[in-house]
Amino acid sequence: MGCGTSSSTKDRKSEKALKAALVIQNWYRGYSARLKARQRYALTIFQSIEYADEQGQLQLSNFFSFMLENYTQIHEKDPELVARLFGRTLQDSKDRQEYVSFVDVPDSYNGPRLQFPLTFTDIDLLVEAFKQQQILHAHYVLEVLFETKRVLKQMPNFTQVKTSPTKEITICGDLHGKLDDLFLIFYKNGLPSGSNSYIFNGDFVDRGKHSMEILMILFVSFLVYPNDLHLNRGNHEDFMMNLRYGFTKEILHKYKLHGKKILQILEDVYTWLPIGTIIDNEILVIHGGISESTDLNLLHRIERHKMKSVLMPPISIDEDQDTDLKKTKTGANVVPREGKTNESPSEQLPKHEWEQVIDILWSDPRGKRGCYPNTSRGGGCYFGPDITSKILNKFQLKMLIRSHECKPEGYEICHDGKVVTVFSASNYYEEGSNRGAYIKLCCDMTPRFFQYQVTRATCLRPLYQRVNTMESSAIRILKERMLSRKTDLIRAFQLQDRSKSGKLSMGQWAFSMENTLGLNLPWRSLSPHLVTTDKNGNINYMSTFQDIHIQKPVKEAQSTLIETLYRYRSDLQIIFNVIDSDHSGLISMEEFRAMWKLFNSHYSIHIEDFQVDELAERMDLNKDGSIDFNEFLKAFYVVHKLEKLNKSDANLL
Amino acid sequence: GSQSLVWLKSQKIGGETVETGPKICLPVDKRNTIWFIFRTVKSEDSEVCSRCYLSEDGLIFYCAALKVKELVVAEYHRKIKEAFEVFDHEANNTVDVREIGTIIRSLGCCPSEGELHDLIAEVEEEEPTGYIRYEKFLPVMTEVLLERRYRPIPEDTLLRAFEVLDSSKRGFLTREELIKYMTEEGEPFSQEEMEEMLSAAVDPESNSIHYKDYIAMMVVDES
Repeated sequence: MGCGTSSSTKDRKSEKALKAALVIQNWYRGYSARLKARQRYALTIFQSIEYADEQGQLQLSNFFSFMLENYTQIHEKDPELVARLFGRTLQDSKDRQEYVSFVDVPDSYNGPRLQFPLTFTDIDLLVEAFKQQQILHAHYVLEVLFETKRVLKQMPNFTQVKTSPTKEITICGDLHGKLDDLFLIFYKNGLPSGSNSYIFNGDFVDRGKHSMEILMILFVSFLVYPNDLHLNRGNHEDFMMNLRYGFTKEILHKYKLHGKKILQILEDVYTWLPIGTIIDNEILVIHGGISESTDLNLLHRIERHKMKSVLMPPISIDEDQDTDLKKTKTGANVVPREGKTNESPSEQLPKHEWEQVIDILWSDPRGKRGCYPNTSRGGGCYFGPDITSKILNKFQLKMLIRSHECKPEGYEICHDGKVVTVFSASNYYEEGSNRGAYIKLCCDMTPRFFQYQVTRATCLRPLYQRVNTMESSAIRILKERMLSRKTDLIRAFQLQDRSKSGKLSMGQWAFSMENTLGLNLPWRSLSPHLVTTDKNGNINYMSTFQDIHIQKPVKEAQSTLIETLYRYRSDLQIIFNVIDSDHSGLISMEEFRAMWKLFNSHYSIHIEDFQVDELAERMDLNKDGSIDFNEFLKAFYVVHKLEKLNKSDANLL
Repeated sequence: GSQSLVWLKSQKIGGETVETGPKICLPVDKRNTIWFIFRTVKSEDSEVCSRCYLSEDGLIFYCAALKVKELVVAEYHRKIKEAFEVFDHEANNTVDVREIGTIIRSLGCCPSEGELHDLIAEVEEEEPTGYIRYEKFLPVMTEVLLERRYRPIPEDTLLRAFEVLDSSKRGFLTREELIKYMTEEGEPFSQEEMEEMLSAAVDPESNSIHYKDYIAMMVVDES
């Protein structure tokens, strides 16, 4: 019982405790790091697929050019479509009176009622109303849109802003219809006002469910404080992008009667949004980025409203042709357009000006020096630190603030502090995927960054649950991607599997996956989620397709047809939406056939016309022989066999 | 160093027992992979060098041993590259030094904080820039994987560690006890790490950590 014995027991005990603590800490840090890595992998999957989809835009764009070449020959009685695609101009005030007066607000409407001229009370009113999940009546939507267009028309291509020691400015990035994030920003940073300036750097709409509400709050705030609320155009402020990425759908769903009118006016309003903002003559704020040929002096001068859409590249009508146009399979010559439509060349931007705007809206900064085509997105370029220095110096600027890319922390600084990305939609891909952020700037002071993350629950779920959600979501869409390229993938696998064993080495499998899907992903780390391996470490490459298949709308339909329609469903959706100029949701069998023929030949798909015909006829048709194409496309959804199993497991845990 | 590759078998050729080298040291479960690689190598590589021996059942030695190491190293390189690229945001073959720990651990290794510190010192520039270049990281990480350094903690060791801290053998630790041990002993947790662990480990009803259940849950999550 002497001091000696008890202290040595104590020593041994505390040594044991120390070792035990070390073991637990070591294990935990390993586990936690692997969680973070899994989170990062999931993010990479989301991002690659997002950009690969954007790449599809380019192909679609080529298709539209092609279609216009040939469509008018096949369907000469439909100049309306061509006119629609080439943007006829709305006459201003006359139409305004017409439209707005046609739309009555019934007494039974208990949503927010705006009063023109708008004041700050209207901003409050909207915010409160939207918090209550109310929908703003189409009458007010249209009024706001018309008024916004009228005021925007008076603004230059680049808004000039000055800060002072007593007046900071707040810069927000992409919101993408995430209303909760906007509310959170206003909660933390205050509503816009004469003493609280904001710049919203594009991509207000698409993907999220409240694009309309965000747009209304931003436009109303702009109308109340036109000198303190600045809006820049993003690549999603584009009616073609809205067709694919959800805003059009949202509008037609929320405004069943007047949605079409709203869409028409919105198209125009987008084109009048300024291209960018310049703060204190030294900071350039634009949505995407720059290229080595960016010429701000030129951009100050262009007629920005002629930039209709990224998918509508200017088509030259003389000998100086785009090579794309020459791809007509029929070998038909291009007929000059002035005769056939109301379109005149002066309604489009010249090609080099159009390209300048595309660069501003679509480019991404990268660490590699130089300027390269942005192959992930299919538009704009990748610009290196040398390009940034060159362009900033050329126009006597100090910094570039841009958005366009989702960052895990909501913001990112690169190119030696000269380029800042700010992204304001938290949980963009999935709950827990990323934080949102905004920047506060003032004169010569260093920018301050504020981060946040919207969460539905009152307290954050444990990290491992959030990561699991993200990961399952990411793997799911990756598997769907694989399914949409199933035939190509199997061909690639079989090419390497000479012994027809159904197995490949990890290296062979990873190679085929990367090459066929065109996605730069960590295949080795992802493989346990996608395929089974045998005891020798070889991949059973068909195992992915065993628990997932596309639900056939009609039993007899061939699987290649199904796969093709599934793969191109979003392109088809856009094309149908464009043809369906009265937004009825219906197109005639004839239009469908003509459409399919063109699509078939341009995309080099080997599906017989009669197969598609048969399929369309077997779907529920309206009595007048027209197709509800949304129903048609909805039918091609993917069934994940193990889904039900996973859901019940989750309940058990 | 001591990271020699040990051949798993010796072969009898012409009555003599031949031992081959350089030697490959691989865990038993990888043995089948190696044999498979050998067979593949053999079918494509019809040339046999003078230091190669072919036994009756067609297994190769020496040259194959080298080739296998190449194959193994090549696969490791690709694995490391993939893991690195995910954190290389600017696509210029560098990652922030603060993410190196995550990358190393995502590759299946479990270094302690001290060991991690040493590794970082090995891969850093002479004048630390805050960034680690791929060219420096790759060879070091390849050695780590080849030598199978920093093996993860087996489940039962982890369980025993909790049991040591739970001296009265109740089957759980209180929140305060866990906090005390994790933030005061060993390589202490930061506040963020502590909160993160508590959020998943604490049973909200009893406000304590039932470590056996906790471990079981984490193991399921990782598999």
